[in-house]
Amino acid sequence: MSLARGRPVAPEHQPDTFTFTKAKLEEAERIMARYPKGRTASAVLPLLDLAQRQAGWLPIAAMDTVADMLAMPRIRVYEVATFYTMFNLEPVGSYLVQVCTTTPCMLRDSDAVVEACRDRLGIDFDETTPDGLFTLKEVECLGACVNAPMVQINDDYYEDLDAGSMVAVLDALSRGETPQAGPQGGRHASEPHSGPRTLTGGD
Amino acid sequence: MLQDQDRIFTNLYGFQSPSLDAARKRGDWDGTGNLLARGAADIIGEIKASELRGRGGAGFPTGLKWSFMPAERPAGQPAFLVVNADESEPGTCKDRDIIRHDPHKLIEGCLVAGFAMRATAAYIYIRGEFTNEARVLQAAIDEALEAGLIGRNACGSGYDFDVHLHRGAGAYICGEETALLESLEGKKGMPRLKPPFPAMAGLYGCPTTISNVETVAVAPTIMRRGASWFAGLGEPKNTGTKIFCISGHVNEPCNVEEEMGIPLKELIERHAGGVRGGWDNLLAVIPGGSSVPLIPRSICDNVAMNFDRLQEVQSGLGTAAVIVMDRSTDIVRAIWRLSKFYHHESCGQCTPCREGTGWMMRVLGRMIEGRAEPGEIDMLQEVTTQIEGHTICALGDAAAWPIQGLIRHFRPELERRIEACRRNARQAA
Repeated sequence: MSLARGRPVAPEHQPDTFTFTKAKLEEAERIMARYPKGRTASAVLPLLDLAQRQAGWLPIAAMDTVADMLAMPRIRVYEVATFYTMFNLEPVGSYLVQVCTTTPCMLRDSDAVVEACRDRLGIDFDETTPDGLFTLKEVECLGACVNAPMVQINDDYYEDLDAGSMVAVLDALSRGETPQAGPQGGRHASEPHSGPRTLTGGD
Repeated sequence: MLQDQDRIFTNLYGFQSPSLDAARKRGDWDGTGNLLARGAADIIGEIKASELRGRGGAGFPTGLKWSFMPAERPAGQPAFLVVNADESEPGTCKDRDIIRHDPHKLIEGCLVAGFAMRATAAYIYIRGEFTNEARVLQAAIDEALEAGLIGRNACGSGYDFDVHLHRGAGAYICGEETALLESLEGKKGMPRLKPPFPAMAGLYGCPTTISNVETVAVAPTIMRRGASWFAGLGEPKNTGTKIFCISGHVNEPCNVEEEMGIPLKELIERHAGGVRGGWDNLLAVIPGGSSVPLIPRSICDNVAMNFDRLQEVQSGLGTAAVIVMDRSTDIVRAIWRLSKFYHHESCGQCTPCREGTGWMMRVLGRMIEGRAEPGEIDMLQEVTTQIEGHTICALGDAAAWPIQGLIRHFRPELERRIEACRRNARQAA
């Protein structure tokens, strides 16, 4: 249940201030312009996302900055920041590995993907490797079910995984490489892996 | 089998570019201005005649829904089309393919639907995790704006219509239409009591209609090819084509656009390479996303995939996400995992859902190993009925139905596990 889903990290780990970069500030203004006058609170999710992208996680100081920009009471922003699962209220590793274990992934052996992550990284869910490179999280359905099992690492989906390909992705990230996102088993997207049976140009 | 010439999403797999040029070659934005010139009433009439039903799960008649918006509004009052792209129902991954591979179908659909319901702007609410998909869609919106297809004097129609993209931040509940509106207004995604209905007081208190991505995206093709073409596919009240997402224990999991009403067995065997180990190895199928009750193999043999046929077997088409489970499946664990999902996603507003989802998850969790009293099966069933129908939104129902399906069709399996556990305990004593 989500009421107590997120808890901000303890005060001694919170930075005192947060300031948007000039580029992020310009982006924030573009976003705020999408909503009618007097309705800029609508921009709270995208602005918190911008702040998180800048800081790497979402400190309370960033929530306060967003609250001031949108003329919202701070508590309204805290409510939002603790309700939605994508806001990281404590620092996470450079690579946030989010493993889906909901039934469609479970049926395709997401258990093996979870085990591969635990073995390779030496951490459990909600932990970060000592070098600060990886954080491991269990998440609910990410909406790529015909390419199960899958994980999201930062913005990218890695799909059609098994233990071997999962470790290969993590190894590549450890080496500083950017492994190709998407299906790891050779197919392009959501077509059958032996090739499309429809939209083949014939019929 | 549906012929390729009758498929709407001709770039479903993304082998071609999602760009405007490529979309035009696929027939998008072809004479859209002329479509709008036919007038709002004509568009609504055509959609009604096509018998299109909403593709987001509930299956409400689309033309009727779009006609609920007030025809007369006070001067200066805006009205909104909100597109539900918060695709999060376990098993479902069709809107993602539309957004990342055929985004112009959605944007053109926004204009056609928005014009028909006299909306002043559209907001597309996309789930936050679809970051890359949102980038593709935003690029397509920018292209359409640049080309004068949307925005001021859209397609030369004299009608001004902006399309905005809004990213969520991780909450299944925001797929519920009023929770989505709350979220879009910058609040927690907690569903609203109805009435008032969104068509009267929705986003910012203004008239609003919320429609699923697939529903909106098929509208321009229906307008171009005619309601009779669409209604000629499937059967009455269950017409047209549908994107099916086939996941789980099949040899080739995939998305495919097929004719509404295709037999489940044909869908799985023709498009998804069949059940792993053959049809006789099938245990059960969840035919419409995690919220609908499973159906056992005996029903799977003959059932057709549309709203009414699946309702007749006490299940539903939902989002047409077909989750296949073969005989190796721990069926109790599979349904328990869905209970865990609903427990995690309950917004906590209504007590039956907030408390009940956790209660059901814990009881079912014990039942995986049979650690339960035989009477607890009936008690679990009773709890599902206390949740179902007693909450503001349908998440409570959605949490109850998979468990009701499990008890309906796999009660002997639950009893067998409980008996085996008790036998083991006696032997150990």
